[in-house]
Amino acid sequence: MRIVFKTSYDRDIDLFKHGPQAFWYGLLVVIMVALPWLLSEFFLGEIINVLIWALAGMGLMILVGHTGQASLGHAAFLAVGCYANVLLQERLGLPFILSFPLAGLISGVVGALIAIPMTRLHGIYLAIGTLAIAILTEDLIVIAEPLTGGISGMFSPNITLFGFEIERYSTPEAFYWLTLAIVIGVLLLYRNLLRSPLGRAFAAVRDSEVSAQAMGINIALTKATAFGMSTAVTGLAGAMMGHFAGFFNNETFNIIISIQLLLMIVVGGLGTIHGAFFGAIVVALLPQAIALSRDFLGSTLGLGSIAIPGLESALFGLILIGFILFEPMGIYGRWLKIRTYFELFPFYRRDMFRRQKSYLKTERMR
Amino acid sequence: MDVLQLIVSGLANGCVYGLIALGFVLIYKATEAVNFAQGDFMMLGAFITLGLTNAEYMGLPFWVSVPIAILIMGVFGYLLDMLVLRRMFGQSQIAVVILTIALGFVLRFAAGAIWGHEPVSLQSPIAGKDVNLGGLVLGLDEVLVVIVTAVATLLLYFYFNVTKLGVAMQAASQNQLAAYYMGIPVKRVHSLIWALAGAVAAIAGVLFASKGSIDPSAGLLGIKAFAAAVIGGFGSLPGALLGGLIVGLIEPFASYYIAAGYSQIAPYLLLFLILVFRPHGILAQVHRKKV
Amino acid sequence: MSLLEIDNVTLRFGGVVAVDKVSFNVEEGEVFALVGPNGAGKSTLFNLISRFYDPAEGDIRIDGKSILNREPHDIATLGIARTFQNIELFDQATVLQNLLVGRHRHRSGNLITNLLFTPFVRSEEHLHREAVEKVIDFLDLQPYREKYIAGLPYGVRKVVEMGRALALEPRLLLLDEPASGLSVEETQDVAFWIEDIKKQMGITVLMVEHDMHLVSSVSDRVLALADGKTLALGTPAEVQNHPAVVEAYIGAPLENEKADA
Repeated sequence: MRIVFKTSYDRDIDLFKHGPQAFWYGLLVVIMVALPWLLSEFFLGEIINVLIWALAGMGLMILVGHTGQASLGHAAFLAVGCYANVLLQERLGLPFILSFPLAGLISGVVGALIAIPMTRLHGIYLAIGTLAIAILTEDLIVIAEPLTGGISGMFSPNITLFGFEIERYSTPEAFYWLTLAIVIGVLLLYRNLLRSPLGRAFAAVRDSEVSAQAMGINIALTKATAFGMSTAVTGLAGAMMGHFAGFFNNETFNIIISIQLLLMIVVGGLGTIHGAFFGAIVVALLPQAIALSRDFLGSTLGLGSIAIPGLESALFGLILIGFILFEPMGIYGRWLKIRTYFELFPFYRRDMFRRQKSYLKTERMR
Repeated sequence: MDVLQLIVSGLANGCVYGLIALGFVLIYKATEAVNFAQGDFMMLGAFITLGLTNAEYMGLPFWVSVPIAILIMGVFGYLLDMLVLRRMFGQSQIAVVILTIALGFVLRFAAGAIWGHEPVSLQSPIAGKDVNLGGLVLGLDEVLVVIVTAVATLLLYFYFNVTKLGVAMQAASQNQLAAYYMGIPVKRVHSLIWALAGAVAAIAGVLFASKGSIDPSAGLLGIKAFAAAVIGGFGSLPGALLGGLIVGLIEPFASYYIAAGYSQIAPYLLLFLILVFRPHGILAQVHRKKV
Repeated sequence: MSLLEIDNVTLRFGGVVAVDKVSFNVEEGEVFALVGPNGAGKSTLFNLISRFYDPAEGDIRIDGKSILNREPHDIATLGIARTFQNIELFDQATVLQNLLVGRHRHRSGNLITNLLFTPFVRSEEHLHREAVEKVIDFLDLQPYREKYIAGLPYGVRKVVEMGRALALEPRLLLLDEPASGLSVEETQDVAFWIEDIKKQMGITVLMVEHDMHLVSSVSDRVLALADGKTLALGTPAEVQNHPAVVEAYIGAPLENEKADA
């Protein structure tokens, strides 16, 4: 176990707890930047996919993990960000450098506005309310056909940034670095949020609304802010998804995507930024892992390649059930336990992370 | 199309939504958990009946296979609670929601693997027959759906408000620890409720399959039924049915009077408005937390 | 002018009258205790002051100004902090973070400065931290600074909750049963702290408490309630020997019996 001597309040405020931690994260960034020289184009594409999912996951994590408000409708804001970004470029002729942040802003404002009437809702009611928004958005895209192209969808233009043309297939490295830069940027803002008074207000609302109120926190405003920030980040992810996929329509951001996003951050570990990334790795790489193992099994057993529809989501469902039952803290929770085991070796005790047993009381009493 | 025809088909659809919504409410009332897989339970119940009845599978008589399917789904619900959900004791409501969503994925896959992903129809004696009520010709399936739903709701309502076990189930939901101290076998009560919800889902499945065809993604209907449950007031059995009927009726009328695309939107728009203006449904049951 | 005026306040829950025409004033600098059997309406009065409930009749004033048009989150900005009977802490956060939430009304950054974590926000964080460290020193919470609430024993949580309220730097501190569930030694600590809060920090205290020993040792005035109605108001000794109070606790009027419930 590392013992850190704190000589200034800044020790608790700074981004990294101690030098070695800063070193390891720095090394990770260096490796990430160098990745295009280490990986083939195919795997680079997969990593871009992971990063975009992680971006969306961070968006949802702000809301679910740090403010305690469940949302089953975040695909709606992926859609808002995606359509806003492309429409701003195509209809108003804005460059990507303007349309992209504006897409985030629009998505955030829409999210905050929708949140205002919903801030009185709790738990399951909020979940179903957001679910309704996701379904309505899907239908709205169809109805607003002149703008969105409806079922026939839209093609996203290539990104033009500082005179460079960036496209997934012709310039995968540039697309990767752009995505990485966006993810790191959002990550830094997210970290800042968590160490700021606003982040503490979010946590306060999550853990006890009554006492947050008694401490002077405006619950409705705080929730709307959390919604706005969450949907803004999700909108950015949606914009990148649009550019990554090249084509999108009403089905691209369906209700299953919303659900998958929520499941993703649960598998990753709720309430931690790491969780968004771990979850994204599982969600984005699972289809590839299934495909690879299927090819492997097919060739070794001589069965040929068999496609089983729905296997992906079923397997993901099973993984999730396993995590909820045996490791509710997600992959990040398991990682913490493993790390602590080695740090304290041989003094690790099994009950070190045991949570207090709590009995469920009715949530009808609010 | 005739308004009366719209009403009847709306009511019949609404009853199926209502029955699935009843399943949600049953589990919520007794265990405070929300079973997002209730729609998939319905789908599974329909497929089990289909597997027992249809000639290409087991070919049992319809009236034999229905009770067997109900029984199988009941046992399925009981075992699910005993083996999986009991471990969730004391975890947050959202964790259970997420678990059951994942369970829905798995059930959809399992049904697809066994019965295929193409829509198939149940060889039901109800399907395609008409009844003549004083000049009014109605589908037998639609009439039967309404009757069965009404009976099931009444039975459940009396069960919860009159019988000892029903009251015990309610108590178990309000405060698990206190109910446990009062000698209520909370765990078994929970399992029984899940069994009951499974059985109700099987009934809904049979009725749904009799009205048309069934495929593994039919479970997504559960989302609409869930909306119905919230519109009616989560935690109220009559509310669930009421919500189901409202959703069932609003759909055909929206598509008839506005445009075809709006039948999808109308229920959710209503749900959104209800949540904003009457956050706990039409028949609400919520009180403020005491501090 | 009194710091807090409760003026003829009535609150009904359905048919039950939880608070029935209760009036009292809390003066600047005193320790004022509310006593009475369970269900007397003591915590309900706290919740009325916190604006969680709207009174059916009557008025609640701070410095002579009615607070009935205020939102619940405005109450803290008026300098009123409170604790809760059943402890309402932020369980998934550390003690330090809990106390820092108490500083919420003193922050002045906005969304943008928070997200960018400007030097201004950082320097403000230093000031908040210093204020919180004073509270930590005052309540001897140093060993628990980095601990998560979810793993703390009951007694410590009670103290943390008091600390969170103090971090707000209130003028009026509402303590809802500060000693319930505490050992004799811990209750003794609470008594000393309340004395210091009053004398050193100059904070007015309004508390609900069942432990008559604690009440009589720290409070200047006591109000006894039963079934939402006022029974007696006066010094601890006066209230304890008041016939109506004795009857409420013991059931029959007895001479020289101590109402030690």
